[in-house]
Amino acid sequence: MDSAITVPTPSGAMTTGDVEDPRLGAIAMRLKDVSVSFHGRMAVRDVSFEVPDKRVTALIGPSGSGKTTLLRALNRLHDVTRGAKVEGEILLGNTNLYSREIHPTLTRMRVGMVFQRPNPFPTMSIFDNVVSGLRFNGVRKRAVLNEAAESALIAAALWDRVKDRLKMHASSLSGGEQQRLCIARALAVEPEVLLMDEPTSALDPVSTQRIEELLSELKARVSIVIVTHNMQQAARISDLCVFLLMGDDGAGEQIEVAPTQKLFTDPTDRRTLDYIQGRFG
Amino acid sequence: MSVTTGIGELPADPILERRALIQSIARGSLARRAVVSRLMLGVCGLAFLAASTVLVWIVYLLVAKGFHWISINFFTQDPLTPTVFQQNLLGGIRNAIRGSIVIDGIALVIAIPVGIVAGHLLAVSENVFANAVRSTAEVMTGLPSILFGIFVYEFMIIRFHSHFSGFLGGLALTMIMVPVIMKASEISFRAVPASIREAGLSLGLSKGVVATRIVTPAAAPGLLTAVLLATSRAVGETAPLIWVIGNNYVATWSPYKQQTAIPIAIYNGILNGASPLQQAYAWGSALFLVAVVLCMNLGSRLLAAFLRRERH
Ligand SMILES: Nc1ncnc2c1ncn2[C@@H]1O[C@H](COP(=O)(O)OP(=O)(O)OP(=O)(O)O)[C@@H](O)[C@H]1O
Ligand SMILES: [Mg+2]
Repeated sequence: MDSAITVPTPSGAMTTGDVEDPRLGAIAMRLKDVSVSFHGRMAVRDVSFEVPDKRVTALIGPSGSGKTTLLRALNRLHDVTRGAKVEGEILLGNTNLYSREIHPTLTRMRVGMVFQRPNPFPTMSIFDNVVSGLRFNGVRKRAVLNEAAESALIAAALWDRVKDRLKMHASSLSGGEQQRLCIARALAVEPEVLLMDEPTSALDPVSTQRIEELLSELKARVSIVIVTHNMQQAARISDLCVFLLMGDDGAGEQIEVAPTQKLFTDPTDRRTLDYIQGRFG
Repeated sequence: MSVTTGIGELPADPILERRALIQSIARGSLARRAVVSRLMLGVCGLAFLAASTVLVWIVYLLVAKGFHWISINFFTQDPLTPTVFQQNLLGGIRNAIRGSIVIDGIALVIAIPVGIVAGHLLAVSENVFANAVRSTAEVMTGLPSILFGIFVYEFMIIRFHSHFSGFLGGLALTMIMVPVIMKASEISFRAVPASIREAGLSLGLSKGVVATRIVTPAAAPGLLTAVLLATSRAVGETAPLIWVIGNNYVATWSPYKQQTAIPIAIYNGILNGASPLQQAYAWGSALFLVAVVLCMNLGSRLLAAFLRRERH
């Protein structure tokens, strides 16, 4: 808050003269004092921020700062991890994800996930992979499946590559194509939020660039939260940036949340500056 | 500030329409899923109850009928032929225990290396020969165990004029154990990610070193289970032994002499059990056998848990 042109806004968020704050628009998800611990040991502490709707939010921070841990809390994947405990509130729309009102499987349908390594279901064809989330959730109509598959594959920029070989095994695709298939699979259930954990770290630069281009188109359709180690990537693709850092006891803490442009050009916290300039981490 | 989930914002958008449709279908199936889930839980509960009732009943029966026969003598003496005048069981089943150790020991010593090496070969090979071996193993695990006894009898005793011995019993049990170990260890070898094998090969290690020093330790808990599965089965086998081990009433460690085994003591006790004292051998032996198998199970569980913990 060292900038003279910083003005407070009704939501408490800051905006500078030339940087638009994406949090001023619609909000897809709100985190309030979210903490995650494993077997009583805190891994992420008291994280609070808002995920803007139809934008890309990047989680950045050094290894071990809890980015993956926080991301997995956002679609209740920690439910299936032994010893994991999530505290605080995560609101999707107006519903707390961890309340009894909403079933965990529905939560995960509304908040999808793409993982670090491409993980297409190995025994299924390309088509079956894309529609698996629909089919196993009870969608039977062929027309709906076909339409959803085509729409998701087009959105994942894979349609032209695979439209003539939908029956082939997913393992016949290259790594980058497999990752786009996984994106298509996640998109096919039409989630409201898409979580991505270093989705390009296992890919070559060309595939990485494709997926980065894809993200800017995908945000018309879905709100994205992405973990990345690559500062340039975060700067290129995200609208909002959340910087996490390990505290003294090893638990990840939120150091700064700001519109990407602001965070990279004029960070408020000294530690953010050190990190983006590569002085640690 | 407006909080939106997107629904109802732009009704004409096909994506929003599909989202609404998919979510309503999924939500609609939740009730059915909950019912199915509860039903399945109920079925599992019933199955568990049925299985555990039978088990508890068997153990109860064994303890009730067998426990008071078990004393030091039961383990340290050979059986006496009881007479109607005897009130107490005087002898024991030392001969059968020693015979089981000899026969099962021989079977384990042959079957573990053969089964694990074969399992590893199957795990790394995909060809007609491997498929043939795999199907043969499949068939062998399904055969009635007495056939292995008959086979060893025909082959070793009739054709090669070998005589009844513990060693032949060991051979018959080996034939039962190898396919079981092979199949189960193939699965645990396959569960080791290919990238780990490849990382080893990329260090310039030979295939053999990668298999023994990297892949096998990673598969160890599964291999242990494979061996246990096979052993538990072999320890209780009676039928294949009857054909080939002959009989004895005096304990010996020799694998070349005629032998007996704990399951045979049970079998004989029941078969000849005209007097309660003869049946006593059967009940006592059965209780002992079940206790041994149970201890083996617990021990291997603990060992497997230990092996797993070592990794983290
Ligand atoms: N399943 C788990 N059980 C116990 N501790 C865990 C588990 N998952 C993560 N942790 C701990 O939580 C902390 C944060 O891990 P996390 O994977 O979230 O970091 P990260 O920021 O994603 O790191 P990286 O950039 O290397 O992927 C670490 O100290 C880790 O040891
Ligand atoms: Mg991570």
